[in-house]
Amino acid sequence: MAYKRFALLQGNEACVEGAIAAGMRFYSGYPITPSTEIAENSAVRLPQVGGKFIQMEDEIGGIAAAIGASVAGVKAMTATSGPGFSLKQENIGYAAMAEIPLVVVDVQRSGPSTGLPTSPSQGDVMQTRWGTHGDHPIIVVSPSSVQETYNLTVRAFNLSEKYHTPVILMMDEIVGHLREGVELIPAEELEIVNREWWPERERARHPYRMEPGQLVPKMTPFGGGVGYNITGLSHDGEGFPTNSNEKTAELMNRLFDKINKNLDDIVTYEEQNLDDAEIAVVTFGGAARSVMGAIDKARSMGMKVGMFRPITVWPFPEEQVRALAKKVKHILVVEHNNGQLVLEVERLAGGSCPVSLLGRMDGSVIKPDEIVEKLKEVSK
Amino acid sequence: MPSELVYQYFRQAKLPHIWCPGCGHGILMKDVVTAVDNLGLDRGKVCIVSGIGCSSRAAGYMDFDTIHTTHGRAIAFATGIKLANPELTVIVITGDGDASAIGGNHLIHACRRNIDLTVVVFNNNIYGMTGGQYSPTTPTGDFGTTAPYGNIDNSFDLPDLARSAGATYTGRGTAFHVPQTIKLIENGIKNKGLSLIDCMSVCPTYYGRKNKKGSAVDMMKWQRDNAVDYKKAQTMTEEELKGKLIIGEMYHKEMPEYTAEYQKLIERVGGAK
Amino acid sequence: MANVKKKLCVKPEWCKGCGICVAFCPKQTLKLVKQKITIADPDSCIACGMCEMRCPDYAIWLEKEAE
Repeated sequence: MAYKRFALLQGNEACVEGAIAAGMRFYSGYPITPSTEIAENSAVRLPQVGGKFIQMEDEIGGIAAAIGASVAGVKAMTATSGPGFSLKQENIGYAAMAEIPLVVVDVQRSGPSTGLPTSPSQGDVMQTRWGTHGDHPIIVVSPSSVQETYNLTVRAFNLSEKYHTPVILMMDEIVGHLREGVELIPAEELEIVNREWWPERERARHPYRMEPGQLVPKMTPFGGGVGYNITGLSHDGEGFPTNSNEKTAELMNRLFDKINKNLDDIVTYEEQNLDDAEIAVVTFGGAARSVMGAIDKARSMGMKVGMFRPITVWPFPEEQVRALAKKVKHILVVEHNNGQLVLEVERLAGGSCPVSLLGRMDGSVIKPDEIVEKLKEVSK
Repeated sequence: MPSELVYQYFRQAKLPHIWCPGCGHGILMKDVVTAVDNLGLDRGKVCIVSGIGCSSRAAGYMDFDTIHTTHGRAIAFATGIKLANPELTVIVITGDGDASAIGGNHLIHACRRNIDLTVVVFNNNIYGMTGGQYSPTTPTGDFGTTAPYGNIDNSFDLPDLARSAGATYTGRGTAFHVPQTIKLIENGIKNKGLSLIDCMSVCPTYYGRKNKKGSAVDMMKWQRDNAVDYKKAQTMTEEELKGKLIIGEMYHKEMPEYTAEYQKLIERVGGAK
Repeated sequence: MANVKKKLCVKPEWCKGCGICVAFCPKQTLKLVKQKITIADPDSCIACGMCEMRCPDYAIWLEKEAE
C-alpha cells in the first residue's frame, strides 16, 4: 500500500496505523463490536509490513497470544470491547505481574453484559483501573479524536515498552467509529521506545534483579539463549516463585514505584479556557467533543467555563485536579456512565469546591446543549 | 553433582522439586529434557511454556527460556511465541485439567491450525494442586473430592480429541514406559505441526489414595501390566481392551503447518523483508 | 573403545522415599533406610539403569567412569 501522509480514517483504523508506526508486528484478537475494525485492519496491514495477525479462538486466547509474542520480543497488541474486555482481565494482571509490555485496546460500549453493542459508553473507567484482581499498577490513556488515537497508540506502545507494563488504550465507540482527517506521522519522525536487555548472559539470566535505582526489568526476548523464568506467581529477583512476604512486598512496591515515581513522564492532560474559568468541566475521550462544543456556546453566552481533560486517565492527574478544585467555583464531570470518574474528582476536590455529574447510560451521546443547560444550573 | 543430564538441563538450586513422593511428573519432566538432548536441539532456541497446576511447575525447574502462564492458557501463550518467532522450538507442558478443561478451547484450536507446538500433557487424572478434584480425564466411576459418590462424567481420550481437532502427531506414554515416552516426545518435536503426547503420570497422593490404587510403585506396576501398544490394540476386541491402557504412537500425518503458511502469506502480499 | 564402567551414585537429600527405584531394581541392590535411598548391596548392581530411569526425584543415577 502506497504511503499517504494524510488520510480520512476511523479512530479504529488510526489506532492500527499508529500501532504499526510504533512498531507493532503482532496482533491477536477476537472479533467484537465496536472494535472489530482494529482486527480487520491489522489483518490487512500486518503481513504487508512482515508482521503477524492471528484471529484467536476467544478473547482470552487473544490476549494470551499477544503476551506470548511480546515475550518473544515482538511488539504486540490486542483489541476488544465490553464483554471481551471482561474476559481479558486475568491476563492483564499477568502482564502487570510478569512485567510484559503489551497494548490492550478497549473500545468501550454500553454494558453491563451484552448491553448495547453498537452504542457509545464510557462505563469501563473503573474496569480499566481495577478490572483484574489484586493490587496492581496500570497505565490507561484515552483519546478524544482520530488524530489523538493515532498519536496515543504510539504513546501507549512507548509507555508499555519503557515501563514493562500493560497499557490500556481506552477508546469509546464515539472515537472508534468517528471519521476525521489524520496525519499519519511516519515512524522516523516519532519518538519510538524499544525495550532494552542486558548484553551479558549471566546478568540477563536474572532480569527481575534490580540494580540500585533501577525500577524496570530488562528482559531478553525468548530465544535469545539466556534461559530465564517468567511467572505470574509472586516471584523473587531471579523470576522464581516465592512465598516470602518480604520478597512479595519488595516486588509489589517496585511495581507501583515504577509508575508512581514517574508520574511527570506518564501523566498527560489537556486544559482549555481554564485561566479565567469559574466552572471547570472534567471529561475524557469521546465525551470531550460535546464538552468542547458546549464550552464555546457557554462562553458566547458569557459564562466562564473551561475544560480539564485527562489524556492519561490512570494514573489519574491527581495533583492537577486537586489544584483545579481550589481554583474554580464548581467542577462538572461529564462522562457516558453513571458516575465513575466523578468519584475520583470528588475525592481529590475534597470539599474545595462542589462537584456535579452529568452522566448518561442509555447508549446515547450527551449533546452540547444538554451540557450548557447543566452549566447554567450549576452556576446558579 | 547429580547425573550429567540433570545437571545440564535443570536449575540445580530449584531442586528437589515440589512434587509429592512418587509423583510421576518428575519422571516425565526428565523424559522431556532427554528428548531435547537426544535431538541435539540448540537449547537457546527451546522454550518451555506451562499453564497452572502440578504439571506446570515443571517450567521453573527446566533450564531453558521458561514461562509459567495462567490457568489453561499455556497453548495460547505458546501460539503467540511460536508465531512471533517460528525459529523457536516451543514445548508446552500442561496437565489434564489445564489442557482439556479450562484450556480446552485453546487446545482444539491449536490442533485445528496445526501450529508447530509440542504439547506434553502430564496426565494424572485429577486436579492435584487443589487437592484431588475430578478432571476431564478422571475415568467414569472413579472418585475425587468433588466426585464423592463416584464420577458420572465421561472422560476425554486426549490423543483422540487432538487428532479429531486436527493435530498431526499424537501418542500416549506413561511414567513407567520411559524409553517409549521419550521417543514419542522426540517424534512430537520433530513433527512440523501440532503434536500431542498424553503422558500418563501417577498421582499416589490424591488420585491413588481416593481410588485405592495403592502406592506409587503399585500404580506404576499397573501401567506396566496393563499397557497395550496401539498397533496391537487394533487387533483386540472391546472386551479384551477393557481395563487396558493403550499406549504408543497413534497418529502421524504431514499437513501444512500454520507459521509456515503465514510466512507464505507474508510473501504473497509483499511484506517479506 | 575404552572400557566404560558405571558407578551407582545417590543424592539422599533429594530422595523422597517413594520406593520406585527399590521396587524396579532387578537385583535387590537398593533399600530405603528411614525413607531415604541407600545402596545396600553395591556388588550386586548390574548397572542396568532402571533406578535412574524411573526415579522421579533424580536422587539416584549411574555415573560413567572410564577405566
